[in-house]
Amino acid sequence: MNDFVIKTNKLSKTYKLCAEEIHAVNEVDLDISAGDFVAIMGPSGSGKTTLLDMLGCLDRTSNGSLEVLGNDISKASENKLADIRRGKIGLVFQDFSLIPSLTALENVELAQYFAGQKRDRKKAHDILDAVSLGKRINHLPKQLSGGEKQRVAIARALITQPQILIADEPTGHLDTVNAKEIFDLFSELNEKSGLTIILATHNQKLGSLAKRQIFIQDGKLVN
Amino acid sequence: MTAFSVAYKNLKRKPIRSLLTIFGVAVAVAVLISLIGFDRGYQKSLTADIDKMGYQLLVTAKGCPYEAATMMLKGGGGLRYMEQKVYDQIRTDERVDMITPQLVSTVYDPDRQDGAGGFALFMGIEDSYLKLKPWSTLKAGSWFSTPDANEVIMGYEAAEVEQRLVGDEIYIPRYDKILKVVGIFERSGTQDDGIIFLPLKTAQQIFELPNKLTGIGIKLKDIRQMGTFQEDLYDVPSIQIISLAQVRGTILNLVSSAKLMANSIAVIAVFIAVIGVVNTILMSVFERTQEIGIMKAIGASKLKVFKLIWIETMLLCTFGGIFGGILAVLASRLVEAILKSLLPYTPDGRLVLINIQLLIAALIGAVVLGIISGVYPAWRASSMRPVEAIRRSE
Repeated sequence: MNDFVIKTNKLSKTYKLCAEEIHAVNEVDLDISAGDFVAIMGPSGSGKTTLLDMLGCLDRTSNGSLEVLGNDISKASENKLADIRRGKIGLVFQDFSLIPSLTALENVELAQYFAGQKRDRKKAHDILDAVSLGKRINHLPKQLSGGEKQRVAIARALITQPQILIADEPTGHLDTVNAKEIFDLFSELNEKSGLTIILATHNQKLGSLAKRQIFIQDGKLVN
Repeated sequence: MTAFSVAYKNLKRKPIRSLLTIFGVAVAVAVLISLIGFDRGYQKSLTADIDKMGYQLLVTAKGCPYEAATMMLKGGGGLRYMEQKVYDQIRTDERVDMITPQLVSTVYDPDRQDGAGGFALFMGIEDSYLKLKPWSTLKAGSWFSTPDANEVIMGYEAAEVEQRLVGDEIYIPRYDKILKVVGIFERSGTQDDGIIFLPLKTAQQIFELPNKLTGIGIKLKDIRQMGTFQEDLYDVPSIQIISLAQVRGTILNLVSSAKLMANSIAVIAVFIAVIGVVNTILMSVFERTQEIGIMKAIGASKLKVFKLIWIETMLLCTFGGIFGGILAVLASRLVEAILKSLLPYTPDGRLVLINIQLLIAALIGAVVLGIISGVYPAWRASSMRPVEAIRRSE
C-alpha cells in the first residue's frame, strides 16, 4: 500500500501531424506522493504542458498507464475524466483565465457552482483573504494586477478543497517580485495543509524552491 | 452565484451586440403582436360597424357585390338605382320586421374643405331609418317637419366640417338648392357621422331620381328565415340582396391579400430574428472558446455549460419579447394609421387590438424562440473538449 496520488508507467502522448508522429510525452514513469511539491522543469516545447494536461485529467493518454487518485484513467472517457477532475484537482493556468465579467469573489464562487458544491460565500471570502486579496473581492479581473489575478486563480482552484493542485507556468506572466510571492504562496499551501502541488516552470531558480524537481526534454524525463 | 447571473453578466460584456440582438427580436415580436392584434381588432371593429347598421340585409340594384359592400358601409360609391316599387313589394312580406329605403347621392362642393373642394354625401331616408337605429339620437334640433320638407339633419362630423348649427342653411351647388338644418345627430362612431340626411322624397326630387332608391335595409323577425327570404328575392329582377355575413366576408376577402403580405413579412422577421440570435450566441461561444474550456477544466459539466449558453439565449429573447410587447403597444396607433392608408376599407374603432393575453402569449413565444435558437450554440459549447478549447486560443 503506497500513498501515491499519481502513478505513471511508460505514459506517452503522441500527435499526428500529417504523416509524422510527434511524441510530445514519451514513456514517462513518474510517482507523486500525497503532500509532494513537484516542479516540472524544461525548455519551451519540452512536453511540460502536455504532461500536466494528462496528470490533471484534461487530456487522454496515447499509451502507457496513468493512475490519478486511485483511478486508472488510461482509457477513461471524457465524462470520467471530468468526474475525477471535478472538486479533486485544482488547476491554475499561466494566463490566469478568469471570467472577465465576474468579480474576484464571483470567479471563486463559480468553481463551487461548477463542482456542484453548496454555495458558501464566507468560504470564498476566507480563501481570498488567505491569498491576501480580502480587500479586492469585488474587483473585476481588469482592475487587478497580474499577481492579484493569479492569486484569484489559485483561490478558485482551492475553493473546492482539491487533493492535487496543478499549475502550468503560474508565474510565466508575472514579474520577478510577483512570481516569487506566488511561489511562496504555493510553498505555504504545501507546508501548512499538505496539499500536493505539481507545477510546470521554465524558471530554474523558482523551480529549485520546490521539494522535488523533475526535468523533461523532448518528452522524456531526464536526470 | 447562479447560472442566471453568470449568463446575464456575459451578455453585458458586449452591450451593443446584445442590445442589437434584443432589438431584432423586439421588432419581430412587435410585428407579430401588431398583426395578430390587427386580425382581432379589424374583425371586431368590422363586426361592430356592421351591427351598428341596424339591418341584416341590404337590397341594392344589381351590380358589383364589392360596390354594394362599400355602399352598405360607406353609403356611397358606384351608385346604381332600383325602382321604389321593389321596396313596396318587399315591405309587405310577413317575415320583415323593419325595412327602410335609402337614396344616396354625392355632390361635389368646390367650397368644401376651405376651398380645396370635396364630395358631400347625402342620404334620403324615411322615419323608419331611425327605428332600425334606435341608438341614433339627435344632439340638437328635431326630425323633419314633413316627409317632403326642404330640410336636412346632419351627422355629427358633417356638421363640424360644414360648421353648421340648427337653423342654418346648407347649399347644394350642383342642384342650386338651399336646405334648412333642422337637426344634428349625436356622434355614433359610424359612417352616419359624415352623412347629411334629408327626407327621401326631397332627395328624389332634388337629385332628379323620382321613385329611385340605392338601397333597402331589412331586418327580419326571425334571422333563421334569412336563407329562404334571400332565395325568394332572387326572383325579383334587377336587384341583388346581400347579408351582413356576406359583407363581412367580402371585406375580409378584400383585406386578406394585405394580411397575407403582412404575415409573410412577420414570418421573415421572426426567421431573421432567430438567425440573429443564433449568430450572436454562436459568435459569443467562439469568442469564449478558451473561457468555456477553462469552465470545463475547473469542473463545469456538459449540462452546466449547455445551461449557461441556453440561458443567455433565452435572456436575449425574453428581453426582446418584453421590449417587443412595449413597442407594439406604443406603436399601435402608428400601425393603425399606416394600415388605414393602405387598406381598401377600414372600419371605425381600434384596428389593432392588443390585450394582456396577447402580450403574454407573445412573451411565451419569444421564450420558446430562445429555447429553440439556443440549442445549437449551447450544444456546440458543451461539446468542446477542455484541453482543445484552452489550447486553441493560445
